[in-house]
Amino acid sequence: MAIEDDVTVVGGGLAGMTAALAAAREGAAVRVVSHKDSTLRSASGLVDVLGYDSDDELLADPFEAIPDLPERHPYRTVGAAGVREGFALFDDVVGDRYRGDHTDLNALVPTHGGTVKPTARYPASVAPGLASDDRPVLLVGFETVPDFDAPLAADHLRAAGVPFPVRGVTVRFPGGFRADAARTRLADALDADERVAVGDDAGPYSESLPIRRALAETAKDHLRGEKRVGFPALLGRHETEEVRADLEAELDAAVFEVPTGPPSLPGMRLEGALRGACREAGVRFTTGNPVVDFEIDGEADDSDPDSLAAVRVERNGAAIPFHADQFVLATGGLVGKGVDSDRERVREPIFDCYVPHPDDRYDWSADGAFGDHAFARFGVETDDDLRPLDRRGDPEFGNLRAAGAVLGGYDFAAEKSGSGVSLATGLAAGRRAAEEATR
Amino acid sequence: MSDAPNANDASETGSPNEPDDPHDAREEATVESDEFEPVHVFEESEEMDLRPGSDDCYKCSTCDSVCPVAEVDDEFPGPKFQGPEQWRLKRKGDRDVDESVMSCSNCMRCDSSCPSDVPLSQMHNTARGEFVEEQMEKLSREYVRNRILANYRFFAEVASRMPRLANFVMGNSLVQAVNERLLGITAERDFPEFADETFREWWEKRGGSAASKKRAREARAERGGAQARSEDKRVAYFHGCYSNYNTPEVGKAMVRLYEHFGYEVLVPPQKCSGTPMFANGMLADARRAAETNVRELAAAIESGADIVASCTSCSMSLRQEYPELFDFEGTAGVAARTYEALEYLRLHEDLDGSLEAADADLDGAAFAYHAPCHARNQGVDGQAVELLDRLDGADAEDVGPSCSGISGTYGWKAEKYDASMEIGAEMFDHMEESPAETGLTECPTCAMQMEHGTGYEVRHPLEVLAEALVDGEN
Repeated sequence: MAIEDDVTVVGGGLAGMTAALAAAREGAAVRVVSHKDSTLRSASGLVDVLGYDSDDELLADPFEAIPDLPERHPYRTVGAAGVREGFALFDDVVGDRYRGDHTDLNALVPTHGGTVKPTARYPASVAPGLASDDRPVLLVGFETVPDFDAPLAADHLRAAGVPFPVRGVTVRFPGGFRADAARTRLADALDADERVAVGDDAGPYSESLPIRRALAETAKDHLRGEKRVGFPALLGRHETEEVRADLEAELDAAVFEVPTGPPSLPGMRLEGALRGACREAGVRFTTGNPVVDFEIDGEADDSDPDSLAAVRVERNGAAIPFHADQFVLATGGLVGKGVDSDRERVREPIFDCYVPHPDDRYDWSADGAFGDHAFARFGVETDDDLRPLDRRGDPEFGNLRAAGAVLGGYDFAAEKSGSGVSLATGLAAGRRAAEEATR
Repeated sequence: MSDAPNANDASETGSPNEPDDPHDAREEATVESDEFEPVHVFEESEEMDLRPGSDDCYKCSTCDSVCPVAEVDDEFPGPKFQGPEQWRLKRKGDRDVDESVMSCSNCMRCDSSCPSDVPLSQMHNTARGEFVEEQMEKLSREYVRNRILANYRFFAEVASRMPRLANFVMGNSLVQAVNERLLGITAERDFPEFADETFREWWEKRGGSAASKKRAREARAERGGAQARSEDKRVAYFHGCYSNYNTPEVGKAMVRLYEHFGYEVLVPPQKCSGTPMFANGMLADARRAAETNVRELAAAIESGADIVASCTSCSMSLRQEYPELFDFEGTAGVAARTYEALEYLRLHEDLDGSLEAADADLDGAAFAYHAPCHARNQGVDGQAVELLDRLDGADAEDVGPSCSGISGTYGWKAEKYDASMEIGAEMFDHMEESPAETGLTECPTCAMQMEHGTGYEVRHPLEVLAEALVDGEN
């Protein structure tokens, strides 16, 4: 009867896929149910443990700071060892596509806004751009890729006190692409090394070049002896390393990517890697419709917490049940819509799990955009087994665990801990669910 | 039309606090969100309204990055422009719908990529309808051609009365050349053959619903146990045009499979689902067809049946496009109670268990499965592979996420043919790489494209499952 798995994971982002992968590797039959394509497409592709402590101090060694975090912080629930396990799983999945696993220390990665972000893992394509390197940098932006303003980013990096000279230039992306061509279109052209027309449009003689060479020549004109050249992250969807190697050979300088906003090529590449690992482990995916509610196992004992029998996926008025033994909630936070609010209260919309928050709505936020906002820490509270707790502190359901941004008690934006929490709690929740389901 | 509640809004704001039982798919009200109150900010929104959800678009451009047309056609501005941006431009008054909307193939991939729930395909359908209605020259070759392609059923019905002659004529290279020259229908493709006997003819000859009822009863009695419960199990089959006129074997497989599980099958009168009409902006034609379908299917629901379709574009149309575009009485109920044929069996029967127990003669059968875009949107794209995994001796490999490129009538247009093949290239490559020699898909035009691009024979998952589970009765 109906669709049945050992473990059903609700949500297909970093936490959800990590939970699914961890559970499947424990031998469970796992399904990921997610409303939309993975939100990883919007992620920068940088993977942090912890960048700043609660006093906003930059952290060199994030692991050292974990024991001092507030008690409600998800890292305290899984412990430093749990965080390391999450990252070990990640390193295994991404292989040589990522750097940073040789050290506990944070790396400093220049961002498209010209800030320097402390992060634990970064794509190999980003590596030559690290701020700890003192070789001079030229940043190259494109007129038609507006969210990377290279001269502005260079100014900001200088103001941030980076230990190297940095300049930024804006050039025209070679080949007559539409002004609003999608970033993925430019990446695909670089992947295929398409031939494009170069030179003055008006001239009677046009010359055509492979686009990687055309791009290198465009940038070359602006080089003043810099040893590193940074482009917005669109250097191919799949062939990034080859694109980079070709550009480096032409430019005689190291070439790196600066992570940008959505749609993010590093995010898509990471999604692909995780999805591939999940598929290989036998994880099934059902996407396209939202999970809206659930069914309770009728045989539940009064003394124990209720047990979930199924989650229901809504599709134009029909409710489609997905049965499982164990469930993982990985639907994201306020941005990902795993935590929702109206004028009265803050809620977790699928299971209506309790989300602690001040009664007075005016206390949900602080003054100023960068104030210490309560909403930033909104999310479900869990026991040591990552089971969401109700108002009285009892598990909401015996077989539901939560992972990632739906968890409360931490401010990923201020701390730079979002992906680390997803990896660590995803692994813990997925593994625990599989143990229970296959027992 | 602007007031028609749309499912996307409902899913975002709806669910828990509703007074009715939100679990009951039979309650039409579940589709309409109590909390949805349309606000008419602009006067012109009474008419063709592209507004729903456009304010939710924050221009992340994820939709553009999944659009198969934008991937191969640099001139196509992409779903973000066609939807929310175009509405904003138009809002100020004298701007017309941009003709590039006619290059959208209605694959609806943008819908499932949008992290903000913008109803992109609804906006595209609406804009395309307005473009065709107000800006397209009704005597132009393009309009006539599109109208013919969109109304495939009309011509199929004529052709099916004399299938051999029709096949001969349509297969004639001279006719194809004339079609291309005169109408802009590509001569590259072989016209699909018409069956000697339509599904409906077979169905009537077999004894229609009365015979189905009898067979279902017998199957229930034979299976015994819990399956033999006295209440009737009943489904109404929306066969669509293609399985009626071209591939009746798909419809027959559906009937046998359902009767095997004890279901009485009804085959209500029906017209085209409307999918090719939406894709060509022929909203008036679509509305007429939809009105009949909703009326007939709602009547079937009244008699205790759920609706099942064997073509994923048909089910998509009944499930999503009807409630987004029309508001006939019963539209929401039909949407809520329409299922894809395998999905429905999975939900109500132990299909996994039956397949595991099946003593099928499919040894070494390997399939290269392509998930149609409209199966992806419904969340049923993985199920054919999952089901065949349960079957001893059979193996199905998913050939990847790319669009097949044909998108119904799209790949039949001479000027779109090359783009259509370019979109499909990734799927062709994956099929060639796969050790399987038979293709598998739920969508008739995807099947056409798979055959056309690789020479594979392509089957419908229903045929394979019927072969595995049902004895070869006729």
